[in-house]
Amino acid sequence: MEKFRYLDNVTTLELDQAACTGCGTCADVCPHHVFEVTQHKASIADRDGCMECGACATNCPVTAISVNPGVGCAAYIIQTWFKGKKQASCGGPGCC
Amino acid sequence: MATQELKEICCDSGGTSRNPDGLELLPVHNQESVDDVCCGPPAGPASSEHERPGYDLCPFVESFKQTPVGAVPKVKTALTPGDRFNTFKVRLGLNRDQYKVAPGLYCLGDATETSPVLVTANYKLTFDNLRKELSGLAVWILVLDTRGINVWCAAGKKTFSTQEVIQRVKQTRLGEVVRHKKLILPQLSATGVSAKLVHRGCDFKVIWGPIRATDIKAFLQSDMRAERDMRMVTFTLPERLVLIPVELYFLRKYLLWILLASFFLSGIGTDLFSIQMAWRRGLIIFTGCLLGILAGAVAAPLLLPWLPLRAFALKGLITGLVLAITMLLGLGHMVDLIESITLILLIVTISSYLAMNFTGSTPYTSPSGVEKEMRVAIPIQAGAMLLVPIGWVAASFIF
Repeated sequence: MEKFRYLDNVTTLELDQAACTGCGTCADVCPHHVFEVTQHKASIADRDGCMECGACATNCPVTAISVNPGVGCAAYIIQTWFKGKKQASCGGPGCC
Repeated sequence: MATQELKEICCDSGGTSRNPDGLELLPVHNQESVDDVCCGPPAGPASSEHERPGYDLCPFVESFKQTPVGAVPKVKTALTPGDRFNTFKVRLGLNRDQYKVAPGLYCLGDATETSPVLVTANYKLTFDNLRKELSGLAVWILVLDTRGINVWCAAGKKTFSTQEVIQRVKQTRLGEVVRHKKLILPQLSATGVSAKLVHRGCDFKVIWGPIRATDIKAFLQSDMRAERDMRMVTFTLPERLVLIPVELYFLRKYLLWILLASFFLSGIGTDLFSIQMAWRRGLIIFTGCLLGILAGAVAAPLLLPWLPLRAFALKGLITGLVLAITMLLGLGHMVDLIESITLILLIVTISSYLAMNFTGSTPYTSPSGVEKEMRVAIPIQAGAMLLVPIGWVAASFIF
């Protein structure tokens, strides 16, 4: 999405190219065309386009991809300041 | 007992009664006598043969198809005015937690054992969105129990999950209904579903369908090939627009408190409490709050791609600033310097916070990025919000 760019250099997306078999699944499931597969290897073509949805990591058959998104929820973050990470919780079932 | 005597007993006592043996009579459903009623207008139509005790027949079901696993409901593709009205209501936020269809197997068109299987969520908006694009097709629709949540959110919450797909395939005995072993899943469910583990768990192969239901027909007709555009998510103006009403709906419970606080804080002054000041100044600051909401929850989402700066808290700051300055220009001498500064702080802070919250509704902001901007923005917003009541009350003592 060219018109919509978010913050740069924040994604936790990691690709282990050595383990990659070039199956192309990551390129298929990514909703932002972050990956490119050429010559039997995937590579990250648009790192800052990644929204950390995790589709690639969940579906890589050789677990060559990892993503560790934060929670990204204001209510949760505010709670970590008061209650600490262990006691903080999300907004409840109707929240997200 | 003669029909005439039965009729007399039924009609006299409203439908059920006791016969001379003391046993309760069941209402008689006698086809031949429908036109020949003893009293009142003719009886209404008989119940559908598809109705079952304890179950309601869904209006979107047109008939039932007999399959090796029993009767499977065949659904209509056309949405009714009722469906559209309910879509409108849930878009506003009304009753959207209970807007579901029963999970399980459905069919559409003349589905056979070779027809494709489309998997979807049991949020009725999702279900309607899917079936309305399938006219002329013959497919099976496997509805998962995503607790009434749409595909992508459910995938993120792991209710549209590998486990749920496997479980639903087994529970519906899908393997006995179709001869092929393929499931077409919406691409956005890939967040929660591992194709490899689904295959291992129920022997069905996952094919990733397009993101949007509107592309399914073309996808199926081109032998399951997705164009590049079908695999890219969008965030057009109409797509952003439909997300706004529910955000406003969530704010409704705060409005009363904001109104009360506005009047209470505004009345405090050198006379201890003045109702005239409470009214005049209260209206001003309450309007400021409303403008903050307009700037952050309406303007920022609508103008999203055209607002400069990447962080949403900053985009909200910009829209808030524009509306704040506009308000001050309109108020002129009705507010003094301290009140003006306080109003700017108020509108900009509310707008910044609400715009930042909108990140949760977009298809492109990463949680890591949102956390990063929130860790900076929230303390500033909190600090600013503390200054607002102080400034507003102080202003009535200072000038």
